[in-house]
Amino acid sequence: MTTWLARWSATIRSHRSLAGARGAPRTADGGDPHVVGVGLPVVLWAPAVLGFALVALPVVGLVLRADLVRLPELMTSEEALTALKLSLFTAAVSTLLTALLGGPLAAVLARSRSAAVRLARPVVLLPLVLPPVVGGLALLYTLGRTGPGGRLLELWFGVTVPFTTAAVVLAQTFVSMPFLVVSLEGALRTAGERYERVAATLGAAPATVFRRVTLPLVLPGLGSGLVLAFARSLGEFGATVAFAGSLEGTTRTLPLLVYQQREVDTDGAIALSLVLVVVAVVVVAVARPRVAEGAQ
Amino acid sequence: MLRARALVMVSAAVLAVALVAGCGGGGSSQPGSPTVAPGSAGTLTVSAAASLTDVFNQLEKQFEAANPGVTVKLNYGASSDLAQQIVNGAPVDVFAAANTATMDTVSKAGLVAGQPQVFVTNKLEIAVAPGNPKHVTSFADLTKPGLKLVVCAPQVPCGSAEKQIEKDTGTTLKPVSEEPDVRSVLSKVSTGDADAGLVYVTDVKSTAGKVTGIDFPQADQAINDYPIAVLKNASKPDLAAKWVELVRGPDGHQVLQAAGFGTP
Repeated sequence: MTTWLARWSATIRSHRSLAGARGAPRTADGGDPHVVGVGLPVVLWAPAVLGFALVALPVVGLVLRADLVRLPELMTSEEALTALKLSLFTAAVSTLLTALLGGPLAAVLARSRSAAVRLARPVVLLPLVLPPVVGGLALLYTLGRTGPGGRLLELWFGVTVPFTTAAVVLAQTFVSMPFLVVSLEGALRTAGERYERVAATLGAAPATVFRRVTLPLVLPGLGSGLVLAFARSLGEFGATVAFAGSLEGTTRTLPLLVYQQREVDTDGAIALSLVLVVVAVVVVAVARPRVAEGAQ
Repeated sequence: MLRARALVMVSAAVLAVALVAGCGGGGSSQPGSPTVAPGSAGTLTVSAAASLTDVFNQLEKQFEAANPGVTVKLNYGASSDLAQQIVNGAPVDVFAAANTATMDTVSKAGLVAGQPQVFVTNKLEIAVAPGNPKHVTSFADLTKPGLKLVVCAPQVPCGSAEKQIEKDTGTTLKPVSEEPDVRSVLSKVSTGDADAGLVYVTDVKSTAGKVTGIDFPQADQAINDYPIAVLKNASKPDLAAKWVELVRGPDGHQVLQAAGFGTP
């Protein structure tokens, strides 16, 4: 029993590079230095540069408008730190929820052949298309005090969801879950079922196959999906403001504080935006290579 | 290959130009533009506080009927937002704000032609669910334990008026949320998620019975003045002056009063 597992672990490890190479174009993550370059058509450069400028220049504009002298003071004001703490906390909890719910959801979507699951797929991806504020209103009409779900919650447990930190987490999870599902489902489909099938024929129970074969194969996809979900949660605004409201320390996350400060205290709003930019850069630069590319 | 490259370069350049031109938006209609004689026809752009939505929509129809060929473009939003847009170069002919502070932002930037004129006033009212199930009758009742209260954030005019009343009465409100604008407060009350909210008299009236308004005397201490002004960079100064005339004249007065606005 243990021998086949050992053999399989070794095989998968040796195939990891293969899976990684196949996954590479999708994760758009640099080239392998050993692969001979085919050469990029020159015509791609002009739109590429324009595209980059479209994304990068506004950040430069933001930095140029910042009051650099007062920046440290504005970034570390009590209000800003409270909002940052709330943002990091809610984004972490919603990412955990996304992993616990969205992970299995992606597995079902990728592996099940039932017609019902096929019909469910577009529904799961709905938050990607829906304006977040519509998502927030939908949550409000469902889990708000007068919504059907909200009524039951109040009747059974005596709790109301809107205006609580839990509402912020729910709004963030609603909006960011598809990012994990898309990423993980893609990884699951790319990995295929060959290894799983062989492991099963060798006598491994479904749970063992999942833990020892499937999970290691899709770890990079899971990692990048979670990072994307976390980043999306951190920037969430529309659904939060519609469903959870805005109160310091309870529901006012960093994006909500930026929106509130934007005209009265432009310097403060810019400083807070830069905090978000810094956090985003840290998330992408630090977390991504380690988590997203798997422990290679 | 070379031709393809040239083609892409050209299309990229065209795209860039189109982008830049697009950002200019309505800026293409310069003052004294030869195609349209000012004052006779064209497009008038009015930026107005969100609370003026219903009345200005009515006045737009009157104005367009009285000035054939003229289209009025109305841009509604939080006054503070609109002021920022104007300061940052938005092509606007007339600005109507929900308080004097936001108009001051535009005046200080030197963008107002002449003096802003206060044309109406508005005051706060408590909005509750129809029938007032929580029996709110005064400003002090808003501090009742267990009452879910929603107010405007202090940065927007309705929020600063609310803060003023708190200060005057020595009351400290404990809202469950400070919303980014007055209409958000109204919707939290009308959906039933909040028990009470502080909004304008005119907002309550606009819901036609979806919420009940409760007057409180302290609101008179924090009345918002609504100023209107023609902007210095107006592309249609004559039409802009006519719009201000309509708003301040008897027809405008009638519509505004019907909506619940006060006379300055």
